[in-house]
Amino acid sequence: MSPDAPATLLIAVLGGAIRVSTPYLLVALGETLTEKSGRINLGLEGALALGAMVAYAVSFHTGSPWVGVLAAGLAGTVLGALHGVICGLARVNDIAAGIAMFILGRGVAFFFGKPYIQPTAPRLSSIALGGWSGNPALRTALEINPLFLLGIALAVLMWWGLANTRAGLILRITGDSEPAARAIGIHPGRVRTLATSAGGLLAGVGGAFLSLSYPGSWNEGLSSGQGLMAVALVIFARWQPLRCILAALMFGAAGALGPALQSAGISQGYYFYNAAPYILTLLIMIATARSNTAARDAPGELAIVK
Amino acid sequence: MRGTSDPVLAAAERTVIPLAALLVSALIFSALLALLGKSPGTFFALVWTGGFGSGFSLQNTLQRSAPLILTALACAIPAQVGLLMIGAEGALVLGGLAAAAIAIPLVQAGAPPLLAMPLMLLAALSAGALWVGLAGWLRQARGVNETISSLLLTYIAIAILNFLVEGPLRDPGSANKPSTMPIGKDYMVGSIPGAGVHWGLLAGVLIAIALQILRSRTVFGFAVRITGGNPRAALAQGLPVGRLMLACSAISGACAGLAGYFEAAAIHGQANASLAAGYGYTGILIAFIARQSPLAILPVAILFGAIEASGGLIQRRMDLPDATALMLQGIIFVVVLASETLHGRFAIFRPAAIAGRP
Repeated sequence: MSPDAPATLLIAVLGGAIRVSTPYLLVALGETLTEKSGRINLGLEGALALGAMVAYAVSFHTGSPWVGVLAAGLAGTVLGALHGVICGLARVNDIAAGIAMFILGRGVAFFFGKPYIQPTAPRLSSIALGGWSGNPALRTALEINPLFLLGIALAVLMWWGLANTRAGLILRITGDSEPAARAIGIHPGRVRTLATSAGGLLAGVGGAFLSLSYPGSWNEGLSSGQGLMAVALVIFARWQPLRCILAALMFGAAGALGPALQSAGISQGYYFYNAAPYILTLLIMIATARSNTAARDAPGELAIVK
Repeated sequence: MRGTSDPVLAAAERTVIPLAALLVSALIFSALLALLGKSPGTFFALVWTGGFGSGFSLQNTLQRSAPLILTALACAIPAQVGLLMIGAEGALVLGGLAAAAIAIPLVQAGAPPLLAMPLMLLAALSAGALWVGLAGWLRQARGVNETISSLLLTYIAIAILNFLVEGPLRDPGSANKPSTMPIGKDYMVGSIPGAGVHWGLLAGVLIAIALQILRSRTVFGFAVRITGGNPRAALAQGLPVGRLMLACSAISGACAGLAGYFEAAAIHGQANASLAAGYGYTGILIAFIARQSPLAILPVAILFGAIEASGGLIQRRMDLPDATALMLQGIIFVVVLASETLHGRFAIFRPAAIAGRP
């Protein structure tokens, strides 16, 4: 290793963290919205895969990656709404429905995505924020994708909106106590279906990031559990949008570790480092389960923490 | 009103509603194929030909049903105690890996197959039981949601497999597809005489029957079902809820590990990335269609074995991608879950005394 290798490695992990964290952030914000309404969607992984495929295909056909992002959001919304409607039926378990969405989203994405594995679609361009630096590694690390900034803006908006708007209050009441929501004339089913659809929208956009920015191509291995890990990430962030940013960056850093080490010439144990985000998620779940503070912050109607 | 007191009517309801859901899924899928300009008739005819049309295709179907029976049981058994485990894919992968890994020193030392094969089997069963058992332990000791943890453990299991077969356990001879050393013919599991299908099928059928008896005819099964119905009531009755959850998780993992043993020792003859073929995920769907009943899993697993077996034929003849089966599974899963809401809604399935009332 050269003397400045640790610094290079650190910058690579930092830049990687920002890149890798974007889908985590978007899916986590979507899941926060869904869970705030008192329902869980384990199927965002399916919306992520479907969003990635739709974004890539639409970008390829229209030549505009932003139209692809919109289409991905739409596809995610449809899948989220389907989850919302099915969970609204009596006696349907929302965790099981999530598994079904997981399989359906991937199935539809792989089925229609086959022809798009080869061709190259126009990708989203990044905003270079590192122009002031003479260090090329730092400049690469600070090429920020607009979707990351969108995620940050959304997190701030959600943080403000949940606390200060009528819609935010309705969402929180529905998630905390269904009887209380009914008592003041709210239809919990309708609120949850809307929240689940919005969650699907954000997951779809997160998928668009995967195929149009980083890694930046469509294949069947593109989404590998990010949608699922986001569910654990939301528990870790205690259902607070601003904490989702920090949690997503942490997951991004864990995910960036393997590629960063590889680019620094350490390729041994590559698969082990690839497993780092999953191990991290598991450790976080162990640490936060049965924690009193987490239980206090959880929406009261949420099945997963009961 | 949920459930009925007449066992025949209850069984009829449990059969008719899932069958209707399968039919509706087939209609939705047909409409989709028609929209794409493909013939639904050809599709289902090819599933029949490729799944049951000849002795060879029937063997192929049953060969694929064997792991599906076991992975479906891996989902259905924890479901009895109220756990939704979806980690069969990981336990299958680790089971196959453990069997192939322990075979390396045994085969090199020239151990007699009668000694080596039970050891390989034991390694697979233990690896699977430990893996899903870990998710069960985390749930009962730490309150960690078992659905998420079991799926995370699956990703970790696949990473372990990739790490070992591309690193320490890689056979230098496996150039194109990194694999462990071949087990060798003497140590592989053969076919059931005259059937052309490996012994895993018989093992799956016997275990399904045994688990059905365990569930409905033993004190253990009764305690498990009480816990699954209402864990608080079970605790109040002094039932060892934690240990029951742990036991069901371990049985679940052992079933999936056994599936992995047969995949490694009867099909591939070594461990490599092919072990993660998605049997674990299809098993979840099968268990749900069978409404978590061990015996009902058998016919459903054979149906899905046929769909998998006919995949290649459908790809070639109809120019459909290999993900067709996955999409069909997704549609079926959604419709079957939606149909859960219909249970208890039809007067026809209620005993006469109750049916009379609105």
